[in-house]
Parts: sequence; structure tokens; C-alpha cells
Amino acid sequence: MPKDMIIRDVDEHVDLPSYGSTMRPPDTRKKKTMTNMVERSKDDWTALVRRIHIDKDRRAFASVFRHFAPRVKAFLMKSGTSEALAEECTQEVMATLWQKAHLFDPARASVSTWIYTIARNKMIDALRKQKRPEPEDLTWGPEEEPDQADVVMMQQESDRLVQAISDLPEKQKLLIERAYFGELSHSEIAEETGLPLGTIKSRIRLALDRLRHAMK
Amino acid sequence: MSNINHHLNDALLMGYATANLPEAFSLVVATHISLCDDCRARLESFEALGGALLDEEVADLTDDALDATFALIDDGPKEPIKVTQPAKDAVFPSPLRDYVGGDLSAVQWRTIPGGVKQAVLETSKDATVRLLSIPAGAAMPDHGHRGTELTLVLKGAFKDEDDRFARGDIEIANEDLHHTPIAEEGEDCICLAATDAPLRFRGLIPRIAQPFFGI
Repeated sequence: MPKDMIIRDVDEHVDLPSYGSTMRPPDTRKKKTMTNMVERSKDDWTALVRRIHIDKDRRAFASVFRHFAPRVKAFLMKSGTSEALAEECTQEVMATLWQKAHLFDPARASVSTWIYTIARNKMIDALRKQKRPEPEDLTWGPEEEPDQADVVMMQQESDRLVQAISDLPEKQKLLIERAYFGELSHSEIAEETGLPLGTIKSRIRLALDRLRHAMK
Repeated sequence: MSNINHHLNDALLMGYATANLPEAFSLVVATHISLCDDCRARLESFEALGGALLDEEVADLTDDALDATFALIDDGPKEPIKVTQPAKDAVFPSPLRDYVGGDLSAVQWRTIPGGVKQAVLETSKDATVRLLSIPAGAAMPDHGHRGTELTLVLKGAFKDEDDRFARGDIEIANEDLHHTPIAEEGEDCICLAATDAPLRFRGLIPRIAQPFFGI
């Protein structure tokens, strides 16, 4: 295990706006009041991506970029990409985010998850020179909007998952990170993690059912 | 959509979510997920785990990274943004149509011993994937496996000693499984099958033919 994998930059959030889930003190997590939900949905990454999609808003993009681009680059470097290639790919990943903003479905994924999938596909393309077979899309038409309650619930589940990961014992956390960032072992990654993936799955399933219904 | 009884396992879904599967396996996974909402939801939950982990670490970007990215945006997408909606009446979901160059009618079949037809699809060399067409009522040659074999039914159905597999169902086999799948009467069974090692046929004739047909 390379040493730098366990080093965390604790100062990284200082200049960021306060809507990142990592910024919230743990005790606010338990209070899921309506005000809390409304306030957050006004400000979160989902809303910024929407502004990128609807208004082609460059300031919204810059905020998303400042938060996510350094994370995408770290992911690509951990997955074995050289720094120069990681820089180039990160810029392409973020440009893809702009170009595909209309395809993002906030009822089924958080912005981090969506960016993770774009970065992963770019990594396969750049590093392995392989094609990536993708499932058929089940996107909302450009005119349709996902149910706001679904979007808020999805965000809450995503926050819970982030919290659950940070609560994991270090050893288990490293195992999961190894599975996601290179150094694969199929038998190890199949281990039980105790993460609330079941709930996330139910949320996504619900969103898919509604989508299917809407497309009929 | 809801009649699928045999699904992907967590190791395959996580392998796909983390880009750790050979291309041949990814094709089978993507094709199954196009047919199966349950596995799609499970896959997206594994991707959510990747998204949550993305938050953990940062790397410095060059000073002009944001400007350079805006320049990329102004240039427009390198390739057109592709949206692959399900096609009505297609036998093959879109990821498979991409590899075949069309639907079932576009497949270039080759007959192999036993009346079975196959078409090997081009992927990276770490595993192989092929379409198989097994005549109604006929058996696949009896074979054991080295490594993992995935078989996804696209049309018709097959039965082995224990189970029935129909459209959308996926059979995950390993070296411990010795079985004799038989296509159901009524219609030919079309499957997409991936192996990470060549199939090992137990009958003499197929074994001799094996190197010639790339089975």
C-alpha cells in the first residue's frame, strides 16, 4: 500500500463554499428538518449542475470544478495514471460534465457518483485503450424533471454513505479504497462491508420504476 | 422486464463499477443491465460507493486548469454525445448491437460441430466473448470450465440439470460446474457467452476441433 493513500489533506475545504456534505458537523445529520432540506437543496451540487445545464452558467461550473477536479485528478493518479496524463484527463472529465449536464439524473445519483463514473470511463479509455460497453441509457427527456423529494432523499442517502465510510475501521476502509482505486482483488472486494448500500439500491430502484412508468 | 430470475453477483457488479473486468465480461454485464432494473440499481449503488470515496483525497491542478477546461468546452465535444435509448423490438440491447454492428440479423454466424453456431466478438484479449445459437432441443457440447464463464440468454431458453434460463437470465459458472445445457424445444436459443479461459470440451471430436474454431 503506497503511503500517500492514507494521507488526508485536512485543509482542503477552507476555501470552499459550505454546501459540501463533508463540511457539516456530525450533529446536524440527525436533524432532518424541512428547513434543513430546503436550504440544502437550494445550494447543493445538484443545483449547480442544473445551472450548468439550463443557464450554461460558468460561475456554477467554476465552483463544481474547484471542488471536484482535484478529487478526479487524485483518483486518476491513484489508479495508475501519470501526473501529466491525470491533469489532461481531469480537464476532459470536467469538460464532459459540462457537455453531459443535461443527462444527469439527480434522483438516481449524487453529483460525486456521476463524476466518478465519467472519470472511471475516461480512465479506461486513456489508460487501458479499451472500449467500455455501457448499458442503455434511461435518461429523462430534456423537458422532464425528476421529483424533488426523490432528489432530496437521494442526496441524504449519499450523505449517509459518506458518513458510513468515514465511520469504518481503517483496515476495512483501505480494502474498499483498493478495490476502487487500482490494486484489485476480486475475492477481497466481495467481502461484506456493512455499508448502507441496500438503502441506496432501494432509492435507485424507486427512481427507475418511476422513470419506466413515465416513459410508458 | 421483471421476469429475470438469474442475476449478476456482487463481485461482477463491483468489478464493473470499478473498471476491473475484462472488456468481454463488461459487455455481458452491460447487456444484462440493459435488461434488468434490479441489477442496474445494484450497480448504481456500487457506483455511489465510488462517488463517496471520490471525496477522500485531492491532488493539485495546474494554475490554468480551469481556463484550459473552458477552452475544451468552447471547442465542443470530441465525439457527439451519444444517448442510447432502448430500441423497440430489438433482440440485442444497444451495447451488444454496438459490437455486432446491428441486431440479430447482422450476426455473421459460423457453424461449429454439433449444429451450434457461433460468432466471436472482438474485445481485448484477456477474455473472449461470443454469440451462440443453439438449435431448439439440441445440447451444447458438454464442457467444463477453466476460470469464469458468463452466459446471458437473449432469445429462447436453455435448461441444465438444475435450472431454466430465459431472456435476460445470466448463468455464472466456474470450474466446479460440469453441466449440459439443452436448448428448449420451440425456438433456437441465442446466448452471449464470455469466458476468461478457453472452454474445455470433454467429448473427443469437439476437443480436436477446439483449436480450429477458437472455442
